[in-house]
Amino acid sequence: MTSAGGPVGAGSRAEVLRRVREALGGARGPRPPVPRRYARRLTDAEAGTRADVLALFTERVADNRAAVRHVSADELGTAVAAALWGREARQIVVPADLPFGWLAELDGVRALADAPAVDIGTLAAVDAAVTGCAVAVAQTGTIVLDGGRAQGRRALTLVPGYHLCVVHADQIVGTVPEAVERLDPARPLTWISGPSATHGIEMVRVEGVHGPRHLEVLVVED
Amino acid sequence: MTASSPRTTPSFPRTSPPTAVGGAVPLPMPKFAAAARSALADTGQRRSLRVAVAAAREREAAAAAELSDWDELRETGRAVGDATLLDLDAHLETLERAVTEAGGTVHWAADADEARAIVTGLVRAAGADEVVKASSATLREIGLTDALADAGVTVHETALADLVVRLGDDEPSHLLSPALHRDRAEIRELFLRNMIMSAPPADADSGSEAGDGTASDDPAALAAAARAHLRERFLRARVGVTGANFLVAETGTLVVLESEGNARMCATLPDTLITVAGIDKVVPTWADMEVFLQLLPRSSSGDRMTPYVASWSGVTPGDGPRAFHLVLLDNGRTRALADEVGRAALRCVRCSACMNVCPVYERTGGRAYGPVHPGPIGAILTPQLRGVDGAAEASLPYASTLCGACADVCPVKIDIPEVLVHLRGLVVESRRRRPVPTPELALMRGLAWTMADPRRHETALRRGTRWARLLSRGGRIRRLPGLLGKWTEARDLPAPPAESFRAWWTRSRT
Ligand code: SF4
Repeated sequence: MTSAGGPVGAGSRAEVLRRVREALGGARGPRPPVPRRYARRLTDAEAGTRADVLALFTERVADNRAAVRHVSADELGTAVAAALWGREARQIVVPADLPFGWLAELDGVRALADAPAVDIGTLAAVDAAVTGCAVAVAQTGTIVLDGGRAQGRRALTLVPGYHLCVVHADQIVGTVPEAVERLDPARPLTWISGPSATHGIEMVRVEGVHGPRHLEVLVVED
Repeated sequence: MTASSPRTTPSFPRTSPPTAVGGAVPLPMPKFAAAARSALADTGQRRSLRVAVAAAREREAAAAAELSDWDELRETGRAVGDATLLDLDAHLETLERAVTEAGGTVHWAADADEARAIVTGLVRAAGADEVVKASSATLREIGLTDALADAGVTVHETALADLVVRLGDDEPSHLLSPALHRDRAEIRELFLRNMIMSAPPADADSGSEAGDGTASDDPAALAAAARAHLRERFLRARVGVTGANFLVAETGTLVVLESEGNARMCATLPDTLITVAGIDKVVPTWADMEVFLQLLPRSSSGDRMTPYVASWSGVTPGDGPRAFHLVLLDNGRTRALADEVGRAALRCVRCSACMNVCPVYERTGGRAYGPVHPGPIGAILTPQLRGVDGAAEASLPYASTLCGACADVCPVKIDIPEVLVHLRGLVVESRRRRPVPTPELALMRGLAWTMADPRRHETALRRGTRWARLLSRGGRIRRLPGLLGKWTEARDLPAPPAESFRAWWTRSRT
């Protein structure tokens, strides 16, 4: 390692910075302004009302080849149970702070709370994970998890083959800029737009290479 | 020049793309023309490349057209890129501070050698003898896989296509689909041979030497086999190595876009995460991501959003790796930065849109451009990162028809033709300083002399026609003699008609 002179482990810090400064030269000139004329919100033509935003989200999630259903708050427990039953999930993992009501209707399903942390082998053996999300984006059909309430650590929604995600209608924003604004980059973020997919062989789409093969979204409207 | 020069023999095929043998760095690289000739001869590859590229092009165009503010986003992408480069030193220092505050460690590598040494040292310090590795052009650029293998560390390629490329000991053929040159039957063979999947017991008839009908070559079955094979490795891996798409300076946040989930696994499951990223990947603020998270997915895969976008800042207690190392890589980027025209190439977000619209790329595929950066962007980036003294690097700015399609689709508005022309100038300039003029220069001078005089021109034409027809086979000329051979390295010429236009004109007018 050619870390001559610099602090241990920093490698060629001084050298790289010196090269950058030399490349840019002394007189760098005025910084041109950065124009930001793109849309921050959906236009009225795209979605004029709150209902339009929800409809757009639903359409785009489906486009991303995830299953999506709208349920009312008091149907949620039943909908979660039905979805898991539909995928024959017997053993699931959930964040320790998942609202109790979401799992109230489970029948014949063993739910492991991730507290203390479930070991990785167990995580690989369970059939599904059920979580909430932090934000969802209508325009792209995306759910974003930030490890906050009802979401758990990242591995929960990565290792099991099936991810069931509950989205509250008020978490859905229209555009990517709105989502970026709401999110805290200090937290580990995962933006999910459909199941794991590859085009690695002959450009043929195959789902479920490493991440979850199935993604299902339940939109809760109050 | 004479037609009987030994050099007139069609020397085809001249070479095959290099495979990185033994040594750590994939340095030797054939000239574009030589590499292109072997790719052009492979009609099967040409067909699959054409189909794949056309499909990708349509998806990307549709995804961009869907946004009414696409051009405004591109303009902001361009401006953010330019502004970032102008203050790159300050942004890098901000980034280092933010990553460190978030619990990560930042290392600086002046070149590929140093980056390899840093990563190898970190893997050793973690006490690991194997790593899981995500797909990344930067990791390929520094030749990390071979370096770790030399150090006795087993590297598990975790992206499906990378696994195929690795097993076949190939060079990747396309940025987004590196195994495009292998069809499903070949992949099945590779998987069987490397025991990634096993053929069901051949009990029925032992004499099935045709080999078909045993293990499926259906892409879904192949992917499932790879998933099971790699799953084990992920679960026990202690060190993960990834690249990154963006480094947010202000918050020390790394952003990775992917679709398989293997990069998320590499970044989440092991105890130690090492990420290597070029210093050109910096963006100043988190808010800038609202632009790039729209530009990149739509122009790379045609998705509204890439299936997974993962971001992290340092380490998070109880979630993911306990140690995080970021290796910042120069390796020629500051050389590009020093060129006020060429610097635009550092705005590149590696979306591959320029490749999918490029008529040259569509026919030659990625491997002709050398090992790391294929397509139009490679033609401007590689010569800048490595200098134009080598024949291979110097040939790259010529691997284009200057049609401009790449500049039209580029999400950060890199004017690739402009940079190409600029680099051609630099190549000519560096050659002019050499004692012997290049054939191209000598030829142009000769042509100027010949064409300056009508009589000389006509005599030359008459003679040339005769020689040319002698050279051709079936109406095609594969290789021009002597000094002119350069031009036909990757082109065939139609043989000229027996009579030149000038001769015909004179004859039919009189
Ligand atoms: S040059 Fe532009 S179009 Fe080509 S890969 Fe880079 S960002 Fe994409």
